[in-house]
Amino acid sequence: MFVTPALAESTPFEIAQAETPAETHEAPADAQAVQPSGEVHTETGVAHGDEHADGVFPPFDQTTFASQLLWLAITFGLFYVLMSKVVIPRIGGILETRHDRIAQDLDEAARLKTEADDAIAAYEQDLAKARAEGNAIASAAREDAKAKAEAERARIEASLQEKIAGAETRIAEIKARALADVGAIAEETATAVVEQLIGVKATKTDIAAAVKSSGGK
Amino acid sequence: MANDPTHQFLVNKIVPIEIGGIDFSFTNASLFMVATVAAAAGFLYFTTSRRGLVPGRMQSVSEMSYEFIASMLREGAGTQGMRFFPLVFSLFMFVLTANLIGMVPYFFTVTSQIIVTFALSMLVIGVVVFYGFYKHGFGFLKLFVPAGVPGALLPLVVSIEIISFLSRPISLSIRLFANMLAGHITLKVFAGFVTSLGALGAVGVAGAVLPLFMTVALVGLEFLVSFLQAYVFAVLTCMYLNDAVHPGGH
Repeated sequence: MFVTPALAESTPFEIAQAETPAETHEAPADAQAVQPSGEVHTETGVAHGDEHADGVFPPFDQTTFASQLLWLAITFGLFYVLMSKVVIPRIGGILETRHDRIAQDLDEAARLKTEADDAIAAYEQDLAKARAEGNAIASAAREDAKAKAEAERARIEASLQEKIAGAETRIAEIKARALADVGAIAEETATAVVEQLIGVKATKTDIAAAVKSSGGK
Repeated sequence: MANDPTHQFLVNKIVPIEIGGIDFSFTNASLFMVATVAAAAGFLYFTTSRRGLVPGRMQSVSEMSYEFIASMLREGAGTQGMRFFPLVFSLFMFVLTANLIGMVPYFFTVTSQIIVTFALSMLVIGVVVFYGFYKHGFGFLKLFVPAGVPGALLPLVVSIEIISFLSRPISLSIRLFANMLAGHITLKVFAGFVTSLGALGAVGVAGAVLPLFMTVALVGLEFLVSFLQAYVFAVLTCMYLNDAVHPGGH
């Protein structure tokens, strides 16, 4: 049973494996014997050289199994309850809230985007309308201006026509008057010419008839 | 015996308790189980107490571990397996915290005790067997009869399946236990080299540099192993739970 510390240090695994089966039967007796020294050991924290003289590789020391199982059951059971009742619902809740919030934000963003699209469409529509109106106003103004210009031109042309007509009338008057004067002058000239040539003063009536007949040719 | 690499696994009584002749003492192992539970539960509780919509750093850690295990379980055992989420989450957090606490010098590693890892494994297998029979009755035994196996091979395949099922709690517990044990022993041995070589004078101090680097590297490795073994334990738990949820679906 006794294993020297040196041997224990060199091959802990092999000893453990070799010793375990034999140890199984003797464990209770050994445990009783070893307990006091184990306690001292804990308190001082300093090894004394042949502390595990029973030679059991510590993890295979069956005297500790019952206590380890009990405390594992207590601690792990408590841990499981804490996890399943407190921590997991809480983290799950946090993640779900965040997930919902993100989904909500995405919906909101989609909604805002639709609104923005609508606004852009409305704006484009207004812009097109305004442009059409502008065009209409411009063309109306152009038409108006053209009509005015046309009217002005017509008025001026008419007045010119009037002036021309007046002038022509006056010319005709002057011409007629001149022509009339021509007859008188011709009569006077003819009277003078006849007097000079034949020394007879022709009658006014004859002269006028003669001038009239020659002038008519 | 300060250099004895197995000394760190000794279970010492703190408050002796004996009920009906059986020793139920509060030991250093019990103390560190309490510490593990207090640390893990305290961390998860207090980091999430603000319930921030935008998580802080610590709250992120808690949420990440939650989502990590949730996705692991959902992938491993499907949506029906999610009823076991508290169990898998508790196992993972307990093992991980116990492993990490064990990395602190002079602290006891709860998961380096085979009885602890075996108890946790038996808890998993117990849940698998209980839930399997509760949910599927004898249909749970389809677990041992893979579909599409020719009749002649059936006895062989079924016996292999049964043996593999029975070995699950053993492999599950030994894997965690042996990893933690071996890692801590290796660390202790290399760290022991540093002090024993250092005691030999100038040459020894020069020689101690190598095991010192080794120890530093091993500490890093052990932190990885601490996480990895908790992860492996949780993943295998999910796989075994999948058998309980879908016994026919191999």
